[in-house]
Amino acid sequence: MVEYAPYPDGSQPTVQSERYFRTSQLAPSRPFIEAPVTLSEITGPLFSREGVVPEEADLTTGGRALGQLMVLAGQVLDEDARPLPGLLVEAWQANASGKYRHPVDGRDAPLDPNFTGAGRMVTDSEGRYRFVTIKPGAYPVPNTGNWWRPPHIHLSIYGYAFMSRMITQMYFPGDPLNEIDSILMSVPDAEARNRLVARDEAALGIHEHALGYGFDIVLRGRNQTPMENEGPAA
Amino acid sequence: MTLAPTASQTLGPFFNYALPLNADLTGGGKAQGCRIVLRGRVTDVDAAPVRDALVEIWQANAAGGYDHPLDRDEVRARDPHFIGFGRTLTDAEGAFSFTTVMPGPVPFEGNCWQAPHISVAVFAAGLLRRVRTRAYFPGEAMNEDDPVLAAVPKERRELLVAAAEGEGSYRFDIRLRGDNETPFFGD
Ligand SMILES: [Fe+3]
Repeated sequence: MVEYAPYPDGSQPTVQSERYFRTSQLAPSRPFIEAPVTLSEITGPLFSREGVVPEEADLTTGGRALGQLMVLAGQVLDEDARPLPGLLVEAWQANASGKYRHPVDGRDAPLDPNFTGAGRMVTDSEGRYRFVTIKPGAYPVPNTGNWWRPPHIHLSIYGYAFMSRMITQMYFPGDPLNEIDSILMSVPDAEARNRLVARDEAALGIHEHALGYGFDIVLRGRNQTPMENEGPAA
Repeated sequence: MTLAPTASQTLGPFFNYALPLNADLTGGGKAQGCRIVLRGRVTDVDAAPVRDALVEIWQANAAGGYDHPLDRDEVRARDPHFIGFGRTLTDAEGAFSFTTVMPGPVPFEGNCWQAPHISVAVFAAGLLRRVRTRAYFPGEAMNEDDPVLAAVPKERRELLVAAAEGEGSYRFDIRLRGDNETPFFGD
């Protein structure tokens, strides 16, 4: 059976954050209600590999995108360090100029026709995922004084359960904007913040072509693999 | 070995429109059961619309079955045309809409049952963690004994019951903060 222990103290961001003004507009003011975890929470959507083509894991459409090419790769695990195969991982990010391919991004910075800005893939039998992309640029957050988001890649992961669904961001090691970022700093525990920073790992890259960054993701739940070994049907 | 779960971070304002959404759970009308529309608005502390929020739903099929290996019940049979998952982004008015089927009752512990419900999660810029809630249906006698609804303070329970808006259409507004704030469940 699947177990969901409470999150370790400080491992998740606070709901409210004085540094992140927008939380005072829309983050719930009342404490979350503790309710039983039922069949509705321990189940969740499973995505087959059908319909997710390998090309979707390459955001550079053939390596001609502007900026520093890089590989982002890692393993998705549960709290017992068991690899989680067959999970949908999605990534989206700004281009090298810090511009999103999105109608709401009205900033005066160029789009790159050779950069899609979004990709997805399904984890393999060892729970591994891998994206080819470019290192995103920093971008300013409007109406906040002088807050620039550090370079980051948004990641969305569906576990095997509605309870283990998560969306996060990965950051780059050594970037001076990290430690003054209101969103990263909303995670109270320093170790937990460190775990949002990728590892510099040239070996994951492509020789003389792309840098490599390693980023493992731990989903909520213990012993949560409901399948034998393989995950959803390939 | 025990690992701590990765920290959640906000969706941000730019969830990419290149990633697929799915607001019709019925497979173009092929799923079994009564077709319904679940729609509403996501609003903030000033009752202003929250645009580009990602709303996700997960629900049982018309027979109360989940398309998942942990639900092995033979009676609440699978419906090959119904996966039970949908997601959509709110528009400039904060509005979202799903076309789905009325879920059946779902087992709890022992011989107890849960009232028909739809699990709902919202991600948005300004939410550092997702929020999770449930939509129940009006006039449903089983609501009285639902074990999750029972965990919600009595005076707030009606906030989790969608409003009937005519044939097969239900309105479920999500007030993230402020007056009549929607009750959210701990993750
Ligand atoms: Fe971003």
